[in-house]
Amino acid sequence: MPAITYIEFDGTEYHVDVAVGSSVMEGALNNMIDGIVAECGGCCVCCTCHCMIDPEWAEIAGGPNQEEAELLEMVDVREQTSRLSCQIQVTEEMEGMVVRLPESQY
Amino acid sequence: MDLSEHAVIVGASHAAVQLMISLRQLGWIGQITVISEEFYMPYQRPPLSKGYLSGDLAEERLLLRASETYEKLKVQFKLGCRVTELDAKQKQLILCNGERISFTKLALCTGARVRRLEMPGSDLKHVHYLRNLDDVKAIRKSASKATKAVIIGGGYIGLETASSLTKAGISVTILESESRLLKRVACKEVSSFYQRLHSENGVQIKLNCLVTAMHGNSDSDCVTHVVFDDGSELEANIVIIGVGVIPNTELASEAGLVVENGIVVDEFAQTSHPDIVAAGDCTFHSNPLLKKSLRLESVPNASEQAKAAAASLCGIKKAYSELPWFWSDQFDAKLQIAGISQGYTEAVVRGDASIGRSFAVFYIKNQQIIAADCINRPKDFMVAKKLILQQTAIDVAALVDEGTELKHLLIN
Repeated sequence: MPAITYIEFDGTEYHVDVAVGSSVMEGALNNMIDGIVAECGGCCVCCTCHCMIDPEWAEIAGGPNQEEAELLEMVDVREQTSRLSCQIQVTEEMEGMVVRLPESQY
Repeated sequence: MDLSEHAVIVGASHAAVQLMISLRQLGWIGQITVISEEFYMPYQRPPLSKGYLSGDLAEERLLLRASETYEKLKVQFKLGCRVTELDAKQKQLILCNGERISFTKLALCTGARVRRLEMPGSDLKHVHYLRNLDDVKAIRKSASKATKAVIIGGGYIGLETASSLTKAGISVTILESESRLLKRVACKEVSSFYQRLHSENGVQIKLNCLVTAMHGNSDSDCVTHVVFDDGSELEANIVIIGVGVIPNTELASEAGLVVENGIVVDEFAQTSHPDIVAAGDCTFHSNPLLKKSLRLESVPNASEQAKAAAASLCGIKKAYSELPWFWSDQFDAKLQIAGISQGYTEAVVRGDASIGRSFAVFYIKNQQIIAADCINRPKDFMVAKKLILQQTAIDVAALVDEGTELKHLLIN
């Protein structure tokens, strides 16, 4: 299982193994990482699982799909590598990937 | 809070999962036990009528958390176990096998059950309701051999089911007793849109009709027809009934807790008993933001209310006061609903509801937006939530003018 590092806004780091095929959002939920709320459970409707991919990993994580991009337009602090973590499917290539979480999901 | 304390959660639901996580985060070190009459670890309900029914989503993807998460949380599960009685004085639960479980704190996350339609033939094979994973497994089994489906009830569950079964290649007819689909929850424009969406995808819709019986094959007991009040019949080899739910409040009411249309709780998810909280679809709760009490069937409600409930169990006051929101996926239309439209005096449309798949409806009361239905408009939905919370008079002309960016109507 690829190990992914989640960094909360306050700097708290979590290094967790996330199953290939699950989403970056599920990895956070399964490890009680608070910075991801995921109200809708991963259907790309609520915009409460926003994360910022470390620029070094942006290419591997890929860019947002159209629906996701529209939702991302409305997040408070959007960065170049912002994604909705429910839409990122974990692959073997993500071993070591770093994602940062925003101060708030609302 | 100490090790000798025991928090028991009844129901392995969305609310239950959030509650146990919040309890641990708030420092609950005592035992936590979840009791559920279902045999499954907590799973997501919204996809049951959507991706799981259509076959797009595998069963293991329904699980709310991986099993290791519950080990980390040190939560015990008692699955396949029905709680038959709550003894609030002794602070004990009595299970169907006679076992008694003592608690120091109790959370009722009992959810809701389907409203049943009893009529001649309603117990035939291939007549289903849709609420639990087992229901949908049974529907999928019946559907694998079916060609003609009849859905009784033109609400969100019925419409989502129609969409999923159509995708699976089954010919679907929706029967609605009212004069339009979604009559109780949406304005005419939204009803018309869904009628058009389903018609364009080959779904037949019959309004103002009342089913009074079902006929079956006398050898196999399988449903073959539904019968209307005028005696006419419609062929069906699978019938799905979606006519609403009833909150599971019996444990609470029999124990003497205050119950109305749901277990009555305050904004802290506290019931009328000091050591008992409740969260999710089973609660009739006070929402300070909406300045009223209401019962909701909604995942965001279950999760957010569960946070308040966990806080109450830990002696912390954390009010639940969120704007309700909902979503529904049918064919290529993704609906997001913000707020509660009940009591609106005017509904205005941004975009064109009569063609295509993209518009938003704003529900207005006292010149303020109280709710919005957004179809394939995630951005409008996000702004709508903020506009509702703003609680100021809205410029309706600007609201419906697509030339004006919606976010420009926000103050700040």
